[in-house]
Amino acid sequence: MIAYLIKRVFQAIAVMLVISLIGFAIQGNLGDPLRELLGQSVSEQVRQQLRDELGLNDPFLVQYMRFLGNAIQGDLGTSYFFKEPALEVILKKLPATLELVFGATVIIIGLSIPLGVFTAIRPNAVFSRLILALSIVGLSIPVFLTAILMIFAFSVELGWMPSFGRGEVVHVFGYWQTNFATKDGWVHIIMPSIALSSIMLPMFIRLIRAEMIEVLQSEYVRYAQAKGIAPWRIYFVHALKNTLLPVITVGGVQIGTMVAYTILTETVFSWPGMGSMFLEAVNRVDTPLIVAYLIVVGFIFVVTNTIVDLIYGLVNPTIKLGRMGA
Amino acid sequence: MSLLSVRDLTVKFGSRTGPVTALNGISFDLARGERLGIVGESGAGKSITGFALMNLLSKPGYIDGGQILFEGEDVAQMSPRDVRAMRGDRMAMIFQDPMVTLNPVLTIGQQMIETLKAHRKLSTQEARQIALVKLKEVYIPSPQDRLDQYPHELSGGMRQRIIIAMALLLDPKLIIADEPTTALDVTIQADIMALLLEMCQSNQVGLILITHDLGVVSQVTERTMVMYAGRIIESGPTRSIINDPQHPYTQGLINALPQQTPPGQRLKQIPGTMPTLATMPKGCPFHTRCALVGEGCMTHVPSINQFGSSFVACHEVHRLQNEVPAEDVS
Ligand SMILES: Nc1ncnc2c1ncn2[C@@H]1O[C@H](COP(=O)(O)OP(=O)(O)OP(=O)(O)O)[C@@H](O)[C@H]1O
Ligand SMILES: [Mg+2]
Repeated sequence: MIAYLIKRVFQAIAVMLVISLIGFAIQGNLGDPLRELLGQSVSEQVRQQLRDELGLNDPFLVQYMRFLGNAIQGDLGTSYFFKEPALEVILKKLPATLELVFGATVIIIGLSIPLGVFTAIRPNAVFSRLILALSIVGLSIPVFLTAILMIFAFSVELGWMPSFGRGEVVHVFGYWQTNFATKDGWVHIIMPSIALSSIMLPMFIRLIRAEMIEVLQSEYVRYAQAKGIAPWRIYFVHALKNTLLPVITVGGVQIGTMVAYTILTETVFSWPGMGSMFLEAVNRVDTPLIVAYLIVVGFIFVVTNTIVDLIYGLVNPTIKLGRMGA
Repeated sequence: MSLLSVRDLTVKFGSRTGPVTALNGISFDLARGERLGIVGESGAGKSITGFALMNLLSKPGYIDGGQILFEGEDVAQMSPRDVRAMRGDRMAMIFQDPMVTLNPVLTIGQQMIETLKAHRKLSTQEARQIALVKLKEVYIPSPQDRLDQYPHELSGGMRQRIIIAMALLLDPKLIIADEPTTALDVTIQADIMALLLEMCQSNQVGLILITHDLGVVSQVTERTMVMYAGRIIESGPTRSIINDPQHPYTQGLINALPQQTPPGQRLKQIPGTMPTLATMPKGCPFHTRCALVGEGCMTHVPSINQFGSSFVACHEVHRLQNEVPAEDVS
């Protein structure tokens, strides 16, 4: 177990190093920090002096190591626009994004398992055909279009749902403010969560369905039938457990990806999270903030993947973590 | 009353070009505690017969006609609920490959206990005790530990032992074992077969043993049924089938045994291959490979008639033996 853990942590660190290198490369090539600091009307001599002072003339490796050292200490530079540490800016926006991802995840898990299982065990039912048809529609409409259509239908035409912002939030601790404490908060998070889940949900329904169909044809399912086990137990104990094992791995990766998908959803719903912040940062060429965003998202991605792998190892009896040191 | 009485069992597979017949008018009886072997080449319909008896054919297969009277009830007509109550309780099945038979994510204990609980009102503790007793009966070392292990932690032979114990859990009247040792290491095949025989004898359990291996059949079973292309072509006491085969196909099978061939010589295989369901010839299904083939063989399917202690379905045997055919088995 320890050896496996150490191995996974090393892999995670390696990935983070690559991400930081990409981030650093962007920083060096996107925008000129001097212009942001000094404006245009300063003499070339002063510029060069400042370049030296800021270390911008140092060799690449020295600059990268400095960047890395600062990053490890949580210093990802200062946002040009907010004039605040970039990490701080992001951490303020992070809870809104995480709550949105959480809402979408709950929708995905809550619906994909029952729908995936149902469409697998009753492939010819009208309801199954309907779900599969809808899932194709869901898969083929881009997230932002789904979001806009939902706003048009439920906010503009019907006036049932708010289309804008987080609504009333309640402070939990630190920068964390939650949507889940008030009715207004709940109402505001529903449509963005659905929009965000609109691609993943159909994907997961299909994934679970396909896995389940395969598992149901396996020999051990037939053996369970030969033992006289009740169908519900065969579906939900024998088959579902084997179905979800591969789904967990894919699922973990996808939840990480969803953090990136929030850029579109947040922008359409003016959701004050780090996705919409990122798009604004790009518009303002706020390089430190862009780089900080990439590194934070990369970090979230790596952490969720590592956790998912560990969970997979724990729930899959054929993987003995203790023996996987090599 | 016999334990099992199969009459004119017909199984078909639905296909795009219409149904094809996989089992054609199978009839046989099994007395309580009797052991019957089913032999025949690959694709003869042995497994299909086993699954049909359990009413466990998977789509697109279905029972198209006939009766499967098990303890007086027709399995083919039972409600799904009654079939489920029968399976694993009064009639148990042992599958071919123990490496894929057990569910990889459930412990041995869970899989044994669920079987008991599916058929009896028992607490988990009581069920666990019964499971333990059964594991001991099949000579599994440290059975207590086995209950908490997952299948992948056990060897193939150990798994098949456990599967035999699982088949015995509810004291069934009949066990259907479909090539229970083919997937195992040669060195332990005999052990497992001996265990199965011992368990059936000591518990008065009927056994239907499906196998390719005539040697195994002669050691374990009292009667043998030879299948070819979805039909029974010969059946009788195992000793007669082995020592005095009547049907040219059975004779071919026996002659092809390695023991029948002097060392260094090629095995005497039956020429040709068995027809598939789609290429089934008219008349006797064996006539395309038969040395004795006569005119009637190409046009009429032979009925099964008694010769001595066996039943044989062959026009030419009838003619050569020059005997008046006795009454039909049914
Ligand atoms: N799902 C299916 N659809 C169509 N035909 C099938 C299906 N399953 C089996 N069959 C056919 O039924 C026939 C009998 O198959 P069965 O599995 O009973 O053979 P077997 O005697 O057990 O052979 P083996 O010794 O290889 O196990 C074969 O011709 C096979 O092709
Ligand atoms: Mg078979």
